[in-house]
Amino acid sequence: MIKLVKKINWMTLLVPVISVILGLLCGAVIMLVIGYNPILAYQSIVESIFLQPYYTGETIRAMIPLVLAGLAVAFAFRTGLFNIGVEGQLMAGWLASVACAIVFGHLPRVILLPLSVLAGGAAGALWGYIPGLLKAKFKVHEVISTIMMNYIALYTTAYIIKNFLYTEGERTPTIPAAASLASPFLANLTQGSRLHWGFIVAIIAVVAMWFILWKTTKGYELRAVGFSPDASQYAGMNVSRNIILSLTISGIFAGLGGAMEGLGTYQYMTINSTFTGIGFNGIAVALLGLNTPIGVVLSGALFAGLQTGGLTMQSNAGVPVELIQIIIALIIFFVGSGYVIKWAMGRLTRKGHK
Amino acid sequence: MSYAIEMRHIRKEFPGIVANDDITLQVEEGEIHALFGENGAGKSTLMNVLFGLYQPDKGEIYVHGEKAVINDPNDATRLGIGMVHQHFMLIDKFTVAENIILGREPKKHGMLDMAKAVKIVKELSEKYGLDVDPNQKIEDITVGMQQRVEILKTLYRGSDILIFDEPTAVLTPIEIQELIAIMKRLVKEGKSIILITHKLKEIFECCDRCTVIRRGKNIDSMAISETNPTDLASMMVGRKVHVQINDAPYEPKEKVLEVSHLSVLDQRKVSVVNDLNLTVHGGEILGIAGVDGNGQTELIEAIAGLRKVKDGSIKVDGQDLTNQRTRKIIEAGLGYIPEDRQKHGLVLDFSVGENMVLQTYYKKPYAQSGFLKNKVITKKAKQLIQEFDVRTPSEKTLARSLSGGNQQKVIVAREVDRSPKLLIAAQPTRGLDIGAIEFIHGKLIEEKKKGKAVLLISFELDEILHLSDRIAVIYEGRIIDIVNPKETNENELGLLMAGRRKGGAEA
Amino acid sequence: MLKKRIAVLVAFVVVLASVLAGCGNSSKSGNSSTTTKSTFKAGMVTDTGGVDDKSFNQSSWEGLKTYAKDNNLKVGTGVKYLQSTQASDYSPNLNTLVHQNFNVVYGIGFLMQSDIQKIAQQNPKAHLGIVDAVAVDKNNKPLKNVANITFKEEQGSFLVGVVAGLTTKTNKIGFVGGINSALIKKFENGFKAGVKAVNPKADVYVQYAGAFNAPDKGRAIAQTFYTKGADIIYAAAGDTGNGVFTEAKNRTKDGKKVWVIGVDRDQHDQGLPENVTLTSMVKRVDKAIYDVTKMTKEGKFPGGKVLQFGLDQNGVGIAPTTENVSKKALDAVNTYKKKIVDGSIKVPTTDKEYKAYLANLK
Repeated sequence: MIKLVKKINWMTLLVPVISVILGLLCGAVIMLVIGYNPILAYQSIVESIFLQPYYTGETIRAMIPLVLAGLAVAFAFRTGLFNIGVEGQLMAGWLASVACAIVFGHLPRVILLPLSVLAGGAAGALWGYIPGLLKAKFKVHEVISTIMMNYIALYTTAYIIKNFLYTEGERTPTIPAAASLASPFLANLTQGSRLHWGFIVAIIAVVAMWFILWKTTKGYELRAVGFSPDASQYAGMNVSRNIILSLTISGIFAGLGGAMEGLGTYQYMTINSTFTGIGFNGIAVALLGLNTPIGVVLSGALFAGLQTGGLTMQSNAGVPVELIQIIIALIIFFVGSGYVIKWAMGRLTRKGHK
Repeated sequence: MSYAIEMRHIRKEFPGIVANDDITLQVEEGEIHALFGENGAGKSTLMNVLFGLYQPDKGEIYVHGEKAVINDPNDATRLGIGMVHQHFMLIDKFTVAENIILGREPKKHGMLDMAKAVKIVKELSEKYGLDVDPNQKIEDITVGMQQRVEILKTLYRGSDILIFDEPTAVLTPIEIQELIAIMKRLVKEGKSIILITHKLKEIFECCDRCTVIRRGKNIDSMAISETNPTDLASMMVGRKVHVQINDAPYEPKEKVLEVSHLSVLDQRKVSVVNDLNLTVHGGEILGIAGVDGNGQTELIEAIAGLRKVKDGSIKVDGQDLTNQRTRKIIEAGLGYIPEDRQKHGLVLDFSVGENMVLQTYYKKPYAQSGFLKNKVITKKAKQLIQEFDVRTPSEKTLARSLSGGNQQKVIVAREVDRSPKLLIAAQPTRGLDIGAIEFIHGKLIEEKKKGKAVLLISFELDEILHLSDRIAVIYEGRIIDIVNPKETNENELGLLMAGRRKGGAEA
Repeated sequence: MLKKRIAVLVAFVVVLASVLAGCGNSSKSGNSSTTTKSTFKAGMVTDTGGVDDKSFNQSSWEGLKTYAKDNNLKVGTGVKYLQSTQASDYSPNLNTLVHQNFNVVYGIGFLMQSDIQKIAQQNPKAHLGIVDAVAVDKNNKPLKNVANITFKEEQGSFLVGVVAGLTTKTNKIGFVGGINSALIKKFENGFKAGVKAVNPKADVYVQYAGAFNAPDKGRAIAQTFYTKGADIIYAAAGDTGNGVFTEAKNRTKDGKKVWVIGVDRDQHDQGLPENVTLTSMVKRVDKAIYDVTKMTKEGKFPGGKVLQFGLDQNGVGIAPTTENVSKKALDAVNTYKKKIVDGSIKVPTTDKEYKAYLANLK
């Protein structure tokens, strides 16, 4: 029995690692077939990220929203819910933080900056609370309602920007410097990348997720409900309240991710005609990270590195940037099929123990 | 003479465990042979080897005296070996006949000949006394009937050696009797049967010979007529077994549970508990006897606050808890060992330690101002594991990876340790082996001695008769009689459970 | 168990080896990039539409490719594009080209304005270009190292307005705008001025859809206009304009001939098979990019200037496909084109200028 448990732990760790390797290998094969040099391509990714401060900075910057989106997905998943609505929660948080920064632009930095960050989290929370409520009270499946909330967020943010916060260039005005997370210090350190102080928020969020889930009674309850709503109910826990709480907290993470884009990377919000994609990538980040906080950080780093490094891949090796999307898709595919393999092996071993 | 089945020196190894170690099984033609052992002893592995699902690492198999290589279930079927699985493999929306012929349909001009199929099924059913209607849908027939459909499936495929994998686990007492009759009939018609079981009673009721295995090893084979239940039980467990008997004097104290005029609806909004009255005192075990589906589940769910009460009231220790939240009822002193331990009793993906505080995690000393005190929890878990003899590598092991008996011990440890005024035990020993049953029965009796009220629900009449101070018989959502276990027997209880009242007795 | 560990180890070693092998190669590739340093290089960054968007990005890239052909530059090294898959890619892509010492780097579209501004300030020596926007510093002064490529859309719109004014039979003409902004106002006012110049009796209905990506709204507005009696609609609304085309095609199929005037590029194909495209107002981004690249090569990079490509440089105009335009209208177009180029007509860009223009006409 002990051996079995140990083996399964190994297997779970093995699946994402092998998936990444297989994804990169398949990407290399595709490059070879089309006639590009995969070594040059991967080399340019690795070199740029580790040797050129600008890309290091950009990678960390790209990590911030990805990690927060990944945490949002992972947190909900830990409690048995599939939050597809991270994208919408992120947009809501983005707009709320930017709007807050602009509307209360006269406030001093010590108040305005935290207020704007919190506004982002709060908007994301609201966007998660609604599907949570629908699920708890009316048994509306959260996958459906969160997808719906994505569209509502997409069009609502566009409407609000057009009608209340519009400026030339299809976007909101730039936020006042007092609300900005951008830092000339960090930019100088990284040859002018857009790296901003938001990474501190991301670190806090990672620790917070771990702490909430494993160190608090609420987290215990959330995990119990996630694993087994029935047993939790029998043990006297309030399942619906935990569903709402879970999606709300998940929404906070997502909303903070949006706030990081609004207050850090861009300093404004554009009118989006399509989804940003960060929320959906968050699903992949969480999946690859095995829904653990540290795993989300690692896989977030990988995805951010691929995305940022991928840009140098097209400039150095001439490989089309779409190929990076293919590699990411392949990794996700292998993670998915890895679970199938693990499941099959798990079944075999369990049968044997009867 | 040759055996119907002979498995010689079978060894089957899985990563980290030897499931079968040099096991030899000899089944004579035309006998019912019991394969007897605790859960996890290797019975299912051995049968899966025979059925072609696993390949043995060592050893040989002979069917009717001829050496056979069984690579997959199709080979097994060809050799006349059929398996009646514990979990039925039937399609709910199909009729009985459709399920039986599936995969081997009778054809006429390349078209499915349903009329012929119905005819064949009818003939088989009559020949072996199975009494199955070929045209009913699976979802409309009882579990016992579904099992007969599984039997017919093997017969239809021409099997003359039938493996029954724990067939009685899902059946009511009456259905068990019917099944035993069917097995005897099958043997009379020339079939040979291997019965996998860990229940002594069944072995002595229907088997001719018996092979005992323990921890993957052959212990002994003998004719049933040459042994007795105590010896067999000790052989299976590997030590002397003490049958726990409720021998403490019956001294009822104050009323702990008072259920009056209770009515409860089920999911389909049908009233399944009807104006039910029941009282359980401190210092007694009250057993509820009844056929499954007569409102037992709904009654205890209502007491636990998991199901809405339509009418009537429930009091625990004098406190009215009708339609209160489960947590409030638990805090008022309810302990509950649920019927479905894996679904309702444990969070399987939690560690053993985490499961030990499933109701108390938010209270001192396990938590303080919303933060868990993991050290205290671990300490408590270690203590309970020790005290209740839970066989687990550590308190960090996932509940999922424990055996059924140890899972149940975790639940019992948790519930008993909270020292509840009222302990509800629903089917507390279902599917467990003798060792675990012995342990859990002992704990229930201990609770009674401590002056707690114990409400026991079980479909095993033996268990009810053994443990109860009073037996309440439930029928169609009403308590139709309360009897003294010392003054009754299985037959009388059986009649009451079927709804026939004793002369004028009031519930 | 052990086997698995070994397998993982091997996998890691393989990856590590390939990475190291890659590093070993780096000196070679490093050399190759330094050798190309001295030669002229021009690059561009597409927006998320990608280089094959049949519009802006594609047209820009064609401009660079033509330049490469004329100057013996290699496509891929001498002239190069980087695609962006999301908005956050603009900045790293622009930076990449700047860091690789491209002599001029274009950001295609006003969405890149803030990124260009930032990078221009961080890299004062770099030469950047932006299309359809003006890059400014904190004090709203144009940045010295950015060439701002803008177009006199009002002039092109004036010409298609002339065509519309002379073609309409009902004397009712529609204008559908994307988002009500200074940019699209140039289209509207230029168009109205063109119509009024040749047909003072004609009415021009104007409505903004509020989005560039809402064909359904475009269609709804077109429906209203056509029902009110308009027989020509000028759609300056991006994807929203496709809804206008749909409505026009449906009406034409039902036997009621109506016209659409396309925008940005020759949209004749889009009107087929019902053939509803009367003409189109084309913006020659390719030409603009070509010209600025040429100037840069000649050492005359127009940094800090706001270049306005108008009729005189053939930066805007009517589409080459003229099969649906009458001879009379074409002649008028040529006449007005001359007048605009020689300055005798000043085409209005804002509502205020348009009012003044109208007053002048009378």
